[in-house]
Amino acid sequence: MEILDVLVSAAFWTAVLRIATPYVLGTLGELLCERAGVLNLGIEGIMTLGAMAGWMAVYQGGGLWTGVLVAMACGALMGLLHASLTVPLGLSQHVAGIGVTLLGTSLSYFVYRLVLPQASTPPTIQPFQPLDLPGALAQTPLTYLAALLVLAVAYALYRTPVGLAVRMVGENPGAAEAQGLSVTAVRVGAVMAGSALMALAGAFLTLSAFNAFFFNMVNGRGWICIALVVFASWRPGKALLGALLFAAFDAFQLRLQQIAGGMLPYQVFLMLPYLLSILALVLVARRAAYPRALMIPYRKGER
Amino acid sequence: MRLEPRTHTPLAVRVLAPVGAVLAALALCALLVAWTGAPVLKAYGLLVEGAVGSRFALTETLTRATPLILTGLAAAVAFRARLWNIGAEGQLYMGALAAVVLGGGMLNLPFWLLIPTVLIAGALAGGLTLLGPAVLKVRFGVDEVVTTLLLNFVVLLLVSLLLEGALKDPMGMGWPQSAPVVEAAELPKLVARTRLHAGLVIALALAAVLWLIDTRTIWGYENRAVGANPRAAAFAGMPVTKVMLRTAVLSGGLAGLAGAAEVCGLKGYLTLDLSPGFGYSGIVVAMLAQLHPLGVVGGALFIAGIFVGADAMSRAVPVPNYIADVLVATSLLCMLVAGLLARYRLRRG
Amino acid sequence: MTPVLRLTGITKRFGPLVANDAISLTLHAGEVLALLGENGAGKTTLMNILFGHYVADEGSVEAFGRPLPPGSPRAALEAGIGMVHQHFTLADNLSVLDNIAVGTEPLWRPWSDRGGARKRLLDLAGRFGLGVRPDALVADLSVGERQRVEILKALYRDARILILDEPTAVLTPQEASGLFDTLRRLTSDGLAVVFISHKMNEVFAVSDSVAVLRAGRLVATRRTAETDREELAALMVGRDIKPPTPAPMEPGEPVLALSGVTVASGHGRPLLDAVDLTVRRHQVIGIAGVSGNGQTALADLISGLIHADSGSVTLKGESVVAADPAAMVQRGVARIPEDRHAAGLVGAMSVWENLIAERYRDPAFSRFGVLKRGAARRYADEVIRAFDVRCPGPDARTQLLSGGNMQKLILGRTLAHRPDLILASQPTRGLDVGAVSYVHGRLLEARAAGAGVLLISEDLDEILALADCIAVIHHGRLTPLLPHDRVSIRQLGLLMAGHWDVLKEVGHAA
Repeated sequence: MEILDVLVSAAFWTAVLRIATPYVLGTLGELLCERAGVLNLGIEGIMTLGAMAGWMAVYQGGGLWTGVLVAMACGALMGLLHASLTVPLGLSQHVAGIGVTLLGTSLSYFVYRLVLPQASTPPTIQPFQPLDLPGALAQTPLTYLAALLVLAVAYALYRTPVGLAVRMVGENPGAAEAQGLSVTAVRVGAVMAGSALMALAGAFLTLSAFNAFFFNMVNGRGWICIALVVFASWRPGKALLGALLFAAFDAFQLRLQQIAGGMLPYQVFLMLPYLLSILALVLVARRAAYPRALMIPYRKGER
Repeated sequence: MRLEPRTHTPLAVRVLAPVGAVLAALALCALLVAWTGAPVLKAYGLLVEGAVGSRFALTETLTRATPLILTGLAAAVAFRARLWNIGAEGQLYMGALAAVVLGGGMLNLPFWLLIPTVLIAGALAGGLTLLGPAVLKVRFGVDEVVTTLLLNFVVLLLVSLLLEGALKDPMGMGWPQSAPVVEAAELPKLVARTRLHAGLVIALALAAVLWLIDTRTIWGYENRAVGANPRAAAFAGMPVTKVMLRTAVLSGGLAGLAGAAEVCGLKGYLTLDLSPGFGYSGIVVAMLAQLHPLGVVGGALFIAGIFVGADAMSRAVPVPNYIADVLVATSLLCMLVAGLLARYRLRRG
Repeated sequence: MTPVLRLTGITKRFGPLVANDAISLTLHAGEVLALLGENGAGKTTLMNILFGHYVADEGSVEAFGRPLPPGSPRAALEAGIGMVHQHFTLADNLSVLDNIAVGTEPLWRPWSDRGGARKRLLDLAGRFGLGVRPDALVADLSVGERQRVEILKALYRDARILILDEPTAVLTPQEASGLFDTLRRLTSDGLAVVFISHKMNEVFAVSDSVAVLRAGRLVATRRTAETDREELAALMVGRDIKPPTPAPMEPGEPVLALSGVTVASGHGRPLLDAVDLTVRRHQVIGIAGVSGNGQTALADLISGLIHADSGSVTLKGESVVAADPAAMVQRGVARIPEDRHAAGLVGAMSVWENLIAERYRDPAFSRFGVLKRGAARRYADEVIRAFDVRCPGPDARTQLLSGGNMQKLILGRTLAHRPDLILASQPTRGLDVGAVSYVHGRLLEARAAGAGVLLISEDLDEILALADCIAVIHHGRLTPLLPHDRVSIRQLGLLMAGHWDVLKEVGHAA
């Protein structure tokens, strides 16, 4: 009975949408990169940097939307760094991604410590407030933005010339170049845009879900987004669905923890999202339709 | 300007590449140091002094290098077979877990039997942790990058669960930490009144052994072939799946050994902050070494020096010690570019 | 009449290799220019420079009287140049329409005019008789259909100059003659065509003039009507290359027998469908077919990479169950893989390491798991000499070798051990004429020494030259063996296209 109560309560679904938001944004960002043929393992670090930069901008007196823009700009810059290494130079996307994650994370902590050397309890800001709407619709503007972005990315990928160009460089860069497109420009652009979305996902954590920046705040969300992209077969609509399913599960385990808390250690519940992601990967791996050129660098005129 | 593959890379270039990368990283991070307002040269001077400036500093750096050599080797052997093991952090904790379970008084053995038992158990625990993702990779085609990364979080939660439950030290004043290992499980110290322990000798010996395996045995030969071109290796009749799984156990085992050695040689017990990211830093070590087992030793010494030196520096000038992490990350990215220049040469036209 | 295209003094070097040496050419509207030359003569390089994939070290290109900026496919497209590459540049997972429309609209326009694009595509398709389905996935198209899409791609962008790189290599003879009809329609519409080929009969079938390349140099240009085969052959090859002439031999005992072998594909029709085949000693069996009809599965099966789902495989009278590549090598099968770069050799490793790849566990090369590096190097030295591999030595990195020398390396690795059966998959693809004749010679030598040879090739000329008997593969099914002197090119072409009623006409023994 209690479980059913949870599933029909508005508070539960409010939580689902809130939890889903960073996953939706991060998954969209990773999806854009991968659709262009670039695996971006920098996501975890870029989310961390977005969380820190957005929060810091607001803490220093900027508006909330300024914080959002600062975060996205930082994300795009990290994307540019990643893409400079992996696209024109064709370096290992695995290693470059790990490098960007290490850099984004360490840089965030460094700057945070530099600005706030002594803070023992993290200082707070006034975050985005939920809109005055009934039930589960009472979400912050960033959640609505995420929903809009799903539509925007889906439309862009399937209904615009630039989206077709992105899909083409991810499938067959040689063909794209033979049609007069610059593979480098399209890939770098896609990685920068995708990275900006990842940073926005991070900024949601500090500007909307919480009101402060903590160490280890992203806590593997980026890696889960990478699993969600595979789960979503590289499609924006399915990415939204996957993120919502995942968030529903996460919200459910939180409620379950409250109900059945005494029976199992809380760590077991916290493990479930990660194990679930691995399970999802195993289930779809066999029929995963990777973008054909994913992780394959393209060097013009190489023979 | 365009890149042209070198017909062969001289040893000098292979050695100079990481040196150049490290210098470039230091130059880039000088901008950050300058931003803090601290005098750059003085800060770097303090860093070097803190890393190698005294007997104590030197032993601290060597102590720090011990797990980094092992995780660096873990990354190097895996990456060489193109198994993207990003889970050394989790495997390290599994190794540490095995060490405190077996070394915490459960076995009553003399030290010459107990120490090898505990270390081998740690290595096995780490190896089995990576075997899972490796099996998923070869059986179902599941990308091991994501699975090993996610397992890091699962393992940490498992450790947390055990430290608050079954393994909790009754004398630990409520802190989530394990009971210490028994004295017979402690690795001997190498230098009196320092923290430097025999784990270093084990790590160095393993680096040499792995180098011999790599160049002289059919194991190493198979590993290199499978890593460079798995399809051609399979066509020629090499057991590609077996090589992958073998590599996984070896790589995870090295990371697990790092954890066990940290417990038995340095900390004595297990906490959730046993490793300040040794698993991830190991990747940087391996890349600086260009995946060469002997190079790993040099890479680990450098990274350890940065961490130890930065701690000393941050006590003297107002530069947060996270500068060490930034330096390590920047070194990795610079090394990627330097590696490219080592494999290719720049040509006009 | 002013030329539509003028190349002046084009020179291109790759390291020490001069791929194009001061080449000058002109092309006029309504003309088909055949660019004739052996593999490696520099034809494809020249066209890639023209199209902007490569940048020439020297020389210039002029289209319609205007200089073409180097290194920009976009500029070439805008100047009205379209190229149909030898390896199609199509994305399998996208639709025909997407493949054709990509890059044709302003990149930042916030919508795609898909209705307009579809209409324009169908108009063009109708006008030139190139039927396509705009919404089909490229992955579902046949090779011939894909080529039509490539041509439409160029026409869609208003190409006035069309370059086709070895367009018939992947077609049946009938499809090829259909292509020639299309080209005639295009030129009567005022287009100019450059037709790259190394096949003489095609030059005479389709071209108005012919330019002959040899070793990177333009050795002659002729009006097609004013030259003949002998002259072109002499110009193209520069020296006398005798076609291989296999001496007739009495077939020996069977070394390989397939009976009712089926390999499932996991979806749709099987990769191999109830295949029967026998290869005997002293015999070359040629497998002809359009690419993608099951050749790869057949080769993988004999290589030990995959297993039959039903039916039986017999080697030298012994049934083979669940063999792996190592077991196949043990049983005396020499395997020459279809893709020597991807499957044959480990490019990052040395020559000697590649030469022992199939037998490094032999006591000759290792003991107690330790490699005998000295012995392996000495062995490599012998093979290098015996098979005339041009390389700096056993320690050279394999990826630095030329294609011909890589193939010699593979031949050396596998033929040095007197095999009973040789599986040769596309053994001469992409090799220059000298290497081709070397490979053919070695295969025939092995046949004479008692091996059975299974030759899988998409090059019909190669099969006709070498094979004692020919079987055609189509949709995973294999025809009975047809003696090479009893079957015509026309009949083979029809069989390759799936018209198996021709078999009655051939009157095979079965």
